[in-house]
Amino acid sequence: MAVPASPLTLVLGDEELLASRAVTEVLDAARSLDPDVEVRERAGAELLPGELAELLSPSLFGGPKVLVVRGGQDVRKDAAAALLASVPDLDAQASLVVTHLGGNKGRALAEGLRKAGARVMPAAKITRPRERVEFVRNEFRRLGDRPTEEVAEALLAAVGTDLRELVAACSQLVADTGGGVDAATVARYYRGRAEGSGFAVADAVMVGDVGGALEALRWALQTGVDPVPIADALADGVRSVARVAAAGRGSAHQLASGLGLPPWKIERAQRQARGWTATGLVDAMRAAEWCNGAVKGGAEDRGYALEKTVFAVAAARASGGE
Amino acid sequence: MTSPSAVFGGLVGQDEAIKTLERAVRAADAIVRGDNGTAMTHAWLFTGPPGAGRSATARAFAAALQCEQRGCGVCQACHTTLTGTHADVRFVVPDGLSIGVGEMRALVLRAASAPAQGRWQVLLVEDADRLTEAAGNALLKAVEEPPPRTVFLLCAPSAHPDDVSVTIRSRCRIVPLTQPSAEAIAAMLGAREGIDERTALWAAAAAQGHVGRARLLACDEPSRTRRAAVLAVPRGLTGVGACFDAASALIATADAEAAVLATDTDAKERAALEMALGAGGTGRGAAGAVRGAAGQLKDLERRQKLRATRVKRDSLDRALVDLAGFYRDALARALGATPDPIHVDLAEQSAQAGQHWGPESTLRRLEAVLSCRTAIDRNVKPRIAVEAMMLTLWRG
Repeated sequence: MAVPASPLTLVLGDEELLASRAVTEVLDAARSLDPDVEVRERAGAELLPGELAELLSPSLFGGPKVLVVRGGQDVRKDAAAALLASVPDLDAQASLVVTHLGGNKGRALAEGLRKAGARVMPAAKITRPRERVEFVRNEFRRLGDRPTEEVAEALLAAVGTDLRELVAACSQLVADTGGGVDAATVARYYRGRAEGSGFAVADAVMVGDVGGALEALRWALQTGVDPVPIADALADGVRSVARVAAAGRGSAHQLASGLGLPPWKIERAQRQARGWTATGLVDAMRAAEWCNGAVKGGAEDRGYALEKTVFAVAAARASGGE
Repeated sequence: MTSPSAVFGGLVGQDEAIKTLERAVRAADAIVRGDNGTAMTHAWLFTGPPGAGRSATARAFAAALQCEQRGCGVCQACHTTLTGTHADVRFVVPDGLSIGVGEMRALVLRAASAPAQGRWQVLLVEDADRLTEAAGNALLKAVEEPPPRTVFLLCAPSAHPDDVSVTIRSRCRIVPLTQPSAEAIAAMLGAREGIDERTALWAAAAAQGHVGRARLLACDEPSRTRRAAVLAVPRGLTGVGACFDAASALIATADAEAAVLATDTDAKERAALEMALGAGGTGRGAAGAVRGAAGQLKDLERRQKLRATRVKRDSLDRALVDLAGFYRDALARALGATPDPIHVDLAEQSAQAGQHWGPESTLRRLEAVLSCRTAIDRNVKPRIAVEAMMLTLWRG
């Protein structure tokens, strides 16, 4: 990469993988300009104000230097002040990279570097499902493959949400198949699911998909999800559909404030509400209530209680409560 | 026979129990003076419906035991016992949902000591039905072999094994309290609170024999508003959406009650504890003292949280009892019976509702309310239980 290295970089965020990638990217850029670049690393907590001048000053034989401060949130106050004071001295020969978790701790340093004109590289944890899918696709693209969205989703379902594992899975798949990864490939390499959740069960059962709901339930129990949150998710599914169905037609955004639910949840509930009658929802809610008591010590076998509830809710939907 | 002791004057409609207790107090007095008294026992179990005055009776009995005049109600011993500061009377009033074994062991140890003021060492357990199994066993050990001057007073809704273990019950003398009649409660409200007869009768009926609740309904405006809101629920259930709204409102009321308590009491308790542990002090060692207190503060927070849960549950329970009263009135009319209605002011509506629904459907609704109480008791999430109940109330 021939991008001229900016002398000051702030890597902001608590996703370790992304942060270390960002640092590597900066170092690669510096090395591409001069292979003999001298890289010094310091942990934020150990940084002393006195050594900064030595770390950043050019060496006797010239040549660029990069100082990487990892854990900028732990830099002590006096060292942080010295670090900020050294910013005007940075140039192509002496550049600085600071990683920071982005929390409240040590915020002054992060803000100070940002104000001093640092290039900010975000490395925040990925929390939204959409962003995860995008991350996986980008990962494949880095490796020279162009997978569809379904492939990314299948891989996410199979591997889980840990970014390091996802990266490893992507490179393995591309290395083994030589590109052109499709959903069938993912299914051949990964059987099973890494993570199950009660919401997957609730989503399936609310549209009457008993098979899908039971499968999701088994996965969830198998991967160690406690039955109580699953039971809560079932009740929540019935509640959302009932409230959204009762609210009548309308756009999700209009209904959101009245119902106190986020728009995406309303949209999903609106889709799920088809096929439900009011009396069916009454039966479903009663089944959910029974289930809640059953998983909290009311039943001998909590897994069986959940299965029974899945059948009961599906039956309530099918019969319309008659 | 002398006139009834003054301390028992505050009880409503419990003449039988008071007679038994007065005989016991005379015998206890004789024992203290060195004579024989056979009517006194070392362990008592007060049973009766909520609000009948179990703990008030037990307190009055404790006061009468400590009093030189067998319960004058004005001397220092009576006064301190009734306000809960007597040195020889331990009160166990659970804030949370249960009484643990650790707490009980400490209390039993104290109860084994001789009375500091020479009369009786009293351990009074309100809500003995909230003893955990282990706590019950710890108590049993003491009740089985009591020290000579120690008296155990337990209060529970009934002597049923669900409430009090059979082993404890068999070692206690049971004092059954009856549900006071509406007339008796109304008379008490008129005499003591100066409430006019109409309001007093209404409050007494609506409280279903619960003396404290009747007093609140007669004197406290927010309680009346809350009751009115709860009783408006049956009419408001027009559809699935309304059911969920009603459930949310009910839960919100319970949360608000707990929040009021939290702002009133929690902060004060915390400040008092911090003060006691040396917060705000200056000088050498002051900061260290506060650092070491973190554990105790955490413990206080834990207890406050337990209490908040209890307050929420109690608030919900009151609402459910009011609702059950409405459906009970409706059921009576649907079956063509004409007992005195619980909610006098809504008699017409409940009658109409009962005739409209018919007995089977009304009974299903009443069952839904009662099973919601059971469900919450079994630790079902209150919101889910109340929602399921509301939906059943709507469909019938």
